[in-house]
Order: sequence, then C-alpha cells, then structure tokens
Amino acid sequence: MSTTDAAVDVTARAGDLLGVSRLTNATLTGWLHGLPGVDQVGCEARAASLGTRSIKTTAKQWAIDAAISMIDLTTLEGADTPGKVRSLAAKALVPDPSDPATPRPAAVCVYGDMAAIARQALGDSGIHVAAVATAFPSGRASRRVKLADTTDAVAAGADEIDMVIDRGAFLSGRYLEVFEEIAEVKQACGDAHLKVIMETGELVTYDNVRRASWLSMLAGADFIKTSTGKIQPAATLPVTLIMLEAVRDWRELTAAIVGVKPAGGIRTSKDALKYLVTVNEVAGEEWLTPERFRFGASSLLNDLLLQRQKLRTGAYSGADYVTID
Amino acid sequence: MSPARVDVRKTYKLYIDGAFPRSESGRSYAVWSTPVGRANPRFLANAAMGSRKDARDAVVAARGAVKGWAGATAYNRGQVLYRVAEVMESRRAQLVEDVRLSEGLAPSRAEAVVSAAIDRWVWYAGWTDKLAQVLGGLNPVAGPYFDISAPEPTGIVAVLAPQRSSLLGLVSVVAPVIATGNTAVVLASQERPLPAITLAEALATSDVPAGVVNVVTGLTGEVAPWLAGHRDVNAIDLTGAADAEGVDWGELERAAAENLKRVLRPAGTGSDAVEPDWTAEPGLSRMTTFLETKTVWHPKGR
Repeated sequence: MSTTDAAVDVTARAGDLLGVSRLTNATLTGWLHGLPGVDQVGCEARAASLGTRSIKTTAKQWAIDAAISMIDLTTLEGADTPGKVRSLAAKALVPDPSDPATPRPAAVCVYGDMAAIARQALGDSGIHVAAVATAFPSGRASRRVKLADTTDAVAAGADEIDMVIDRGAFLSGRYLEVFEEIAEVKQACGDAHLKVIMETGELVTYDNVRRASWLSMLAGADFIKTSTGKIQPAATLPVTLIMLEAVRDWRELTAAIVGVKPAGGIRTSKDALKYLVTVNEVAGEEWLTPERFRFGASSLLNDLLLQRQKLRTGAYSGADYVTID
Repeated sequence: MSPARVDVRKTYKLYIDGAFPRSESGRSYAVWSTPVGRANPRFLANAAMGSRKDARDAVVAARGAVKGWAGATAYNRGQVLYRVAEVMESRRAQLVEDVRLSEGLAPSRAEAVVSAAIDRWVWYAGWTDKLAQVLGGLNPVAGPYFDISAPEPTGIVAVLAPQRSSLLGLVSVVAPVIATGNTAVVLASQERPLPAITLAEALATSDVPAGVVNVVTGLTGEVAPWLAGHRDVNAIDLTGAADAEGVDWGELERAAAENLKRVLRPAGTGSDAVEPDWTAEPGLSRMTTFLETKTVWHPKGR
C-alpha cells in the first residue's frame, strides 16, 4: 500500500464515520460541535478525587517502574548540543547506575536535527527516538516546510514523530485544514508513529480539547499529546482525563487504539502516580503500557529514581545520587 | 456585665520552609509541665507530632536554602543572626514564660536563662566573619604556590536538640550550625518543644531566609533514625540523643555512616550520654565540626 493510499484511507474512514460522501469543513464542524460538552466542574472534581488515591508499598513499586518505562526523556532547548543529546541517551540506557534492574524509558525526544545523533547513541537498545517536527513549537510554517521537517526527521532515524497542530486554524474553525495537515504528516511519517500535540494550553476550553482529540484521531494520530512544554499551562490532570475519555470512546467507535501523552510540568513521582491512577480508572488497565501511555518529561525521571532508591534502601535519597541534567 | 471572653489558644505547629504547617500525619501530642511549687504536672499545650515525611519535607526545604545561605557573605550572615537576637529580645516575655513552664523554673531563673540564650546567639553572630581568619590562612608549601585554606559549610545539618535545656541548649546547638553557612533541620526536645516553636517564630520574623532553619516537634526516637539515614543530610548533631526516650545513638551513628555524614556525638559514653553544661563557655568545636576545609593552590611565579 502506498502512502497516498493511506491518506485516502483516512479520509475515506472519516467520511464513513461522519456518514458523508465528501469531507468538508462544514460536515467536520457539525460533527465536532455535536460532541457532548465537557462538564468543567465535574471533570475537575473527578480529576481531583482520582488524585487523592493512596498508592503504597508494592503498588507504588510497580507504579514507579511503570512510570519510568513510559517516559519520553526530553530535551527541547535552543541550546541543545550533540553532547547533551548523547548524555541524555546515556541516561536513557542506564538510568540508575546503582541499580541495573531499573527499567529504561520508552524514548528519547529531541529536535529533528538531533535525531541522527540520538539514533546513533541509542543503537539497537530498543529505546525509540522521538523527534518533534512541523515547525515545533509554534507550528507557524508552510505545509511544505512542515512536511519536509517530518521527512527529514524520519530519514535521520526518528521512529516517532511529535507534530504540533495549527492552533490558529483550529481556533478559527478551519478544522478541515487541520485534518488534512495531520493526515499528510501521517503519510510523511511512513512507518514512524505519529503523536499529535494539541497544545491544550492554547485551546482555552475543555470542549476544544475534546474536539481537537477527536479531530486528531480522525486524521490518523497514533498518540494524542497535550502540550509542547513551551506554553503554560502544560499538561494538567483534567485535560488528560478528557483525552483518555476520547481514546476510550474512539476504541468503542472504531476498534482502533490511540495512545495518550501528557507532557510538560509533570515533575514529581506523586504527580506521575496520579496520572497512572487516572489512566487506569478512565481508559482502563490496557492503557497502562508504554505503547499506549507516555510521559513527556525530563526532571521527572530523577524524582522517580529517588523514590525508587528510597524503596530499595529504606533511606531517603538525595540529588547527589542521580545525574545533574 | 460583659460576657466572659473566649480563650484564644495558640496552635503549636512545625516550622518548615519559612511556614508553619501542621504535621502531614495530622497527629499531635500533649505537652505537660511541672511548674515550681506544684506537685502534679499540668497540661500546657498540644504540639504537632511530626512524622518522617515532615522531616523529609524539612530536608528538601533545607537543601533549597543551602545555596543562598552558604553563598551569602559572612558579614551579611552575621547581621541576619544579630537581627534574630534583636527579635528574641523583643519576645523576651514570651520566651521567659515558655522556659519557666517548660523547664519548671522560678521566674528569675527563667529570666537568666533567656538572657544567656540571647547572649549566646549574639556571640555566635559575631563569629560568622571571623571564623575564616582563625581556621583558615596561608599554608607554607614546598613550591612556588600560594596555598590557601578556607572553611566552608558542609551543607544540611540534622540537629537533635537537647532534651532538657529547651532554649539555652537549643540556641547553643542551632546557632553554631547556621552561623557558618549550613542549613539546619532541628528535632526539638520531645518533652519541652514550646520554646523551639517560639524561637521559630522569632526566626520567621527576622531576616533568616526560609528553609535555613526548620523545626520539627515530635518523638525523637521516631524521627531521628530517618534523619540519620537520610542520604541528602550531610551531618548530624546527636546532642539530643542523651536522655531521649527510645534512642540508641550508636545506631544513629551507624545509619549516619551510610553516606559518611559528619557526626557530633553526645557528651559522655554509651547509655551514660549526658547533656553538657550549657552555661559554660562554648568554644569553637560546635562550629568546626560542621565545616569542610577547602584548599586552593595558586602559582605565584618567582
């Protein structure tokens, strides 16, 4: 199957789902705005109540290891150097030198021009290379440039692409444009997995988060991701809850599996555990794997390692026992 | 006739990172005292019973404060500490009352203890910018180098405050630790915690940055092992292990060895550990114990 066929497939599937022969902005708008509205107060209350669960002893042990294995270890700075990317890759390969049983994170996430360096450093370790593309983080570039950005990153060895949607188009109601862009980037990805960053901090309302989630899944996203990490607020529990509901309902509708990745602002083990509880309660246990749930984070790993050391040694650990990054 | 006024009683809480939180465990315990001339102990207040997690939070706060406090100039630290003495003086009446009730002293004796405590604080405040000259200096070396040694703070010091001397003893163990630029996590006297909280209020209203001193009240035997074993604590003062219920200071020292903490043992030996005489001239040892010596070699040419 050629990549063009794949795009046709996505559009055809969308047409089937919406019950129309030709996908237009009007039909998309009708469908997205027909989604039930989000009860803001109820959603925030549910997220807050899920955050109060007490996770202890063996459950905590399991959760910490699971959370480590779900991390996309990220460096997305203008000042990134090949050396920094290599040291991040080294950390992914051996997260805690004092305990070889420590699980490895799922992926290393870098800018596209660093993908080759990350690929080389990670070799065949099984850790994925995720590259951000499509004029990350603003997404303000021409379609041609965005697609070239994507194909470049894939050619450099990225097997996961984190794209940003065009929030300007989304907010002004040009849903078809967003749809087409995601579908074309998906094509350009080839075999690489596509994560679609919705930048929920710029979408303003929970209703928009729900619409953007469905639009992204409709256009062929393998993962839906909250944020770039460059905008505040980044990932929050209520937003992630809405996205988890979306992937759960999407499976009901299409039998297809889509993953969720909250990114930005998750720094402590306590936070990570709250997310895992929410995943389990909203999407279900099947989503508690790195194939379906990821954390976009950098400092979170160190905190998880400190907690892991505490459980192993019985004494509180400190920053002297993890890497400085 | 006006109605009887409802008592406004104080809630004694912990002092962590410049704030006064309750214990995360929600626990508290009753503090009793036997004032002079009374046969039976009387109820004084409920104090927060801090847990290992409160101690952990205190260590996090203390770690956050190390950079600013150790990086402040010695002169500035001296000014800040002197300011603490000023605020203690302005709270003299409250301190006297706390000491009188906590230690069961006569009012005149309590006055004298508070005066001694404030003077002790001023004494340590004066040492901040003089210690480097006394302990450091130019070393004679066999080569064309300037070789200079200077004392530097070791980092976070966990302090087991003395069980009996609730203010003079407390000041005598806390002031030397922070005067040199360390930050402190203080485990207050188990039976006599109230002066420690009042001192914390003096610290909070002077210019000591948040996190430099953190005070946890509670059971010494419960919390001390967690501080002794904590990998992010650089030193521990075991003075308060003397006469503490359920505390084996040898075990604490063993736990402290895990990350090579500097340890200040209690006076006396084994189970005969005793509290020192706090009225004696303190000397420098409580400061020098929690210092590292940095030596710099600089070529000087010929």
